[in-house]
Amino acid sequence: MKLKGWKKVNPGAVVTEGGSALEFKTGSWRAFKPKFIEENCIQCLFCWVFCPDMAVKVKDGKMVGFNYDYCKGCGICALECPGKKGNKAIVMEEEGK
Amino acid sequence: MSKVVAVTGNEAVANALRQVNPDVSSAYPITPATDIMQRFTSFVSNGQVKTEMILVESEHSAMSGCVGASAAGGRVMTATSSQGLALMWEELFIASGSRLPIVMALVNRALSAPLNIHGDHSDGMGARDCGWIQLWSENAQEAYDNTIQAFRIAEHMDIRLPVMVCLDGFIISHSIERIEYLEDEEVKNFVGEFQLLNPLLDIEHPVSYGPLILPDYYMEYRRAHAEVMSKVPNVVVDIAKDFEKISGRKYGLFETYRLDDAEIGVVILNSAAGTSKDVIDEFRDRGIKAGLLKPRVFRPFPYEEIGNSLKHLKAVCVLDRADAFGASYGPLFADIAASLYPYKEKPVLTNKIYGLGGRDYLPEHAELALNELVEIAKTGKVKTFREYIGVRE
Ligand code: SF4
Ligand code: SF4
Repeated sequence: MKLKGWKKVNPGAVVTEGGSALEFKTGSWRAFKPKFIEENCIQCLFCWVFCPDMAVKVKDGKMVGFNYDYCKGCGICALECPGKKGNKAIVMEEEGK
Repeated sequence: MSKVVAVTGNEAVANALRQVNPDVSSAYPITPATDIMQRFTSFVSNGQVKTEMILVESEHSAMSGCVGASAAGGRVMTATSSQGLALMWEELFIASGSRLPIVMALVNRALSAPLNIHGDHSDGMGARDCGWIQLWSENAQEAYDNTIQAFRIAEHMDIRLPVMVCLDGFIISHSIERIEYLEDEEVKNFVGEFQLLNPLLDIEHPVSYGPLILPDYYMEYRRAHAEVMSKVPNVVVDIAKDFEKISGRKYGLFETYRLDDAEIGVVILNSAAGTSKDVIDEFRDRGIKAGLLKPRVFRPFPYEEIGNSLKHLKAVCVLDRADAFGASYGPLFADIAASLYPYKEKPVLTNKIYGLGGRDYLPEHAELALNELVEIAKTGKVKTFREYIGVRE
């Protein structure tokens, strides 16, 4: 993409289209990666509610995994996940391991 | 039709704000702020304005509230002083970088420590490079007039930048002077309807303010901001012409006083300019060709115009009511010197730091500076290029 010159930028860096965060992939910031362990999932969707991004994928009302293009690895989903009988359905793993 | 009243600078500014009747004000109306906001909040309580008044827990929040309300699409104003401005520091850049047309009255007061809230320009000078426009005012009349014009300047579609209106703490803010008020209707017509630009509350056209801008674009935004700053002087002059039509009072980028044929001159901001003019008259009576230049638009600094007005003088003393610790000279001096730098023939410049923390600026201080200039003009010799005056040894 050709970068715009200073005469063409929007005043005050205001973004004038909705949903433009989709164009900015932030997954590379991650140091830890959430891993989904489906057998421990009770489908409470806490992870989806608490994720500060939009990185928890839900299909037909069910948690189905993560969108690693945007997941920053904050670990909130893993912390909030109640899991089944004390076994978490989300655990954080170090990237690159 | 104007009305003549005897009021303090604070009352005059608060009245200008009442007449403008902004949509939102967010403020922390406690010391170090002056009673501008206290007076304005009573206009709100009495139903004399329709302004949504947000009283917050700190000056940082006051400016944050202004940023939010302005981005939302409102006409917004606030007022502060001293440490209050210092606490707004971070948000000042967000307001200007987001090109939000907020108007703020800044009653110039000293910075702590030691704790002091008397007249001093350290607060405004500390914020001179934060991307805001700064208008400085000699007296209550100018503070009133500048406040009204500030809305037009800030909201001009080619500008959209925040404006600070500066007036001297206590000397102007708390002293009673004769001033002329415009009619409410005249002010209303002069400022006109607020024009929206990318308002957050227009849900049909969603926008985001404050995005992350990485090295591939940050510099382009700064360059664009610098460009807008360069357009400010023409807009200020045009708006001043419109203002003259309703008020009969003339404004420019700066004021010159007996400067055209002068050989020596002083450059000084705000209230001390008044004292200096009287002393200049005395020197003129004695046949000494003395003059004065008082900047009004300090940011953006009108380098070319000021340099051009001063270049014919033999000697000029720049008086600063703020020091720039560790720098060679005061902040006003630095800009005046830069404005004269391109000229081959230029006056000898000296710098005096005066009036810090409310120390009185007396006619004898102006006399001291002018007598020195007479000597420099005659001999070309300078004893001290920079010194504090009115300070005990
Ligand atoms: S780690 Fe953080 S960003 Fe990633 S899915 Fe979990 S809550 Fe969302
Ligand atoms: S929070 Fe845990 S248990 Fe609940 S839906 Fe998400 S992964 Fe499943």
